[in-house]
Amino acid sequence: MQSTALRDFIVGLFVLVGLASLGYLSLNLGGAAATGGGLELVATFREIGGLTARAPVAISGVRVGRVQRIELDSNLDARVVMDVDASLELPVDTSAAIRTAGLLGDQFIALEPGAEDDLLGPCEVVAPEAAPGTPCNQIDMVENALNIESLVGRLVHGVADGGEE
Amino acid sequence: MHSAIAPIARLGAAVSRLVLELGRVARFGAVACVALLRPPYRLRRLSHELFDTGVLSLPIVCASGLTVGLVLGLQLYWVLVRFGSESSLGSVVGLTLIRELGPVMTGLLVTGRAGSAMAAEIGVMRATEQLDGMRTLAMDPLHYVVGPKLLAMLLAMPLLASLFILFSIFGAWLVGVQLLGLDHGVYLAGLEQSISFRTDILGSLIKDVVFAAIIALVATYRGFTSGQSAAGVGRATTGTVVTASVCILLADYIVTALWGF
Repeated sequence: MQSTALRDFIVGLFVLVGLASLGYLSLNLGGAAATGGGLELVATFREIGGLTARAPVAISGVRVGRVQRIELDSNLDARVVMDVDASLELPVDTSAAIRTAGLLGDQFIALEPGAEDDLLGPCEVVAPEAAPGTPCNQIDMVENALNIESLVGRLVHGVADGGEE
Repeated sequence: MHSAIAPIARLGAAVSRLVLELGRVARFGAVACVALLRPPYRLRRLSHELFDTGVLSLPIVCASGLTVGLVLGLQLYWVLVRFGSESSLGSVVGLTLIRELGPVMTGLLVTGRAGSAMAAEIGVMRATEQLDGMRTLAMDPLHYVVGPKLLAMLLAMPLLASLFILFSIFGAWLVGVQLLGLDHGVYLAGLEQSISFRTDILGSLIKDVVFAAIIALVATYRGFTSGQSAAGVGRATTGTVVTASVCILLADYIVTALWGF
């Protein structure tokens, strides 16, 4: 009986350790609990380059959130929904730019806070009477991702034009 | 005339044998699953089997996980350094381990460690007529022997695989961060940023469960149908390892394709 109890104890320990590692994988690394709860911001870009969902959102290089999802809007522009720290007090004239980290690095969204007194926030807080779907958490000023091909194309075109004159 | 037909006849016999065997395995699995749902639920037996499959597999799973992580960290670091992107070591290591290496390696290790033991145990029970003895006592061997083994394997595999993955991530961290001087934060950020719950971790868990079902089914079936001799038990054990390993690798492709990683 003694040995049975010991065996059951060890089995219980095994299950506990296994569940703990599973929990670490799914909660900490997988971020199953990390989504939601933050402030949802929306920005519309004409070109997002290599930006993907779960890419970081940063202010002055400090990470404050993640890209939640990317979809096409009715104008066929890229509508990027971000989930950022709700405790941030971002003015309504905050701008968003798609930047690249490192030489080959991943792309992220850099937010640049503006100077207005009014703050970006959830629709219920900012404009309680607004019709549902009104973009009160919309960032208007955006800077699209740099596209090397179009840059080089413009440069070549410009040089060629200049040569003719 | 006769010699010309013989190879075709042999081929036909082999195919029909295979189909017959598949049917038997499927029926065996179905009956075992039904037996599993029927009370009494033998928790004491389950604990015993969890000890055998789970706890006894722990040392080999953890040690292999650590060494796989060490090698992965070393290999990938020197490849990534060529492209100046060693900062993505964390995400590459995490994705390979969670999506592929974790479930598959754990499946193969558990096949060798616990699956073979399972087949040998049941095979010996068959050879020494213990299974027949149980039937004379009105005990269903499927219910008493096979059911708890199946359930224990299904429970233990996800836990073992996640431990394997954690140990590997730790191993790669040891090499990348401690030995080769990558930044700790960069490694962890790469991991956290690239792994998503739905595609990666849920998919990994589904693989674990599928592989567990394969191992348990193959091992118990082979044990149950082993010849009543020492040689028969040996064949059942070897057959379990070979069949289960091949099936795991095949199933891995199928699950990967279906889950849409």
